[in-house]
Amino acid sequence: MYDWLLFLHVLAAFLVVAGVVAYGVVVLGSAGDAARRVLAAPARALWNVGGVGTLVLGVWLALYVDGYELWDAWILAAIVLWFVASAAGGPLSRGIRDAAAPRDRGRERVLFAVAALASAAILVDMIVKPGA
Amino acid sequence: MLAAIRPGDWNLPLLVHVAGAMLVVGGLVVVAAATVAGRRRDADAAALTRLAFRTLLLGVLPSYVLMRGGAEWIASKQEWGDPAWIGIGYATADGGLLLTIIATVVAWRGARAPRGGGVTVVAALAGVMLVAYVITVWAMTTKAG
Repeated sequence: MYDWLLFLHVLAAFLVVAGVVAYGVVVLGSAGDAARRVLAAPARALWNVGGVGTLVLGVWLALYVDGYELWDAWILAAIVLWFVASAAGGPLSRGIRDAAAPRDRGRERVLFAVAALASAAILVDMIVKPGA
Repeated sequence: MLAAIRPGDWNLPLLVHVAGAMLVVGGLVVVAAATVAGRRRDADAAALTRLAFRTLLLGVLPSYVLMRGGAEWIASKQEWGDPAWIGIGYATADGGLLLTIIATVVAWRGARAPRGGGVTVVAALAGVMLVAYVITVWAMTTKAG
């Protein structure tokens, strides 16, 4: 049980990062609208499925594993960072997938930076587990 | 299940290894999406082939170096023996490097063609690597064997 929870939790984290990379190519890359048309949908799917997976399976792991509690500082920090990443990723996704809407590159870059940095901070938090 | 504790000086090499692996997989997802779409969209085929090439060269290969360097760094911290999960990791990493180099060369040749090319081969190679890396993630997280 623990092995499967951990595997699926980590796999979900891989999906989130794949979504971040795909968003990064759309927002920062030079491939233009071709990249947007091709990558907007998979980026959104990866970000959403991975995001829900990391949260649900992470909470499940925290409840399942003796020695971890939901109110541990590093777990609370991860949950807060998850919401920060989601707050940026949602509008970023909506702005990119609407092909008819004019693009606000500056806003896209800010939202992408927040989502990417929050995701990176979650990874550091998960590995270092400060206070655990 | 009790929480596993690892020495604090493993954190940085583990972070480098895992972050590199995640970026490798993310880059391969972009390559797969671009090349699969490139097969269906003639108008975008050349741009998507160039995107796949640049992602392999500037994204996947440098991330591979991070992943592999982090693996060697953490391997140097302890005598691990020869468990199956480490063998799976080495096999997919070494095989993955070979396939990445082949995909990069094929994508480079395609990117130089006026209408793109080689997208089917690059898409297939990216797909094979993604499947192999999912198996590797399973082996690494469950410490199979």
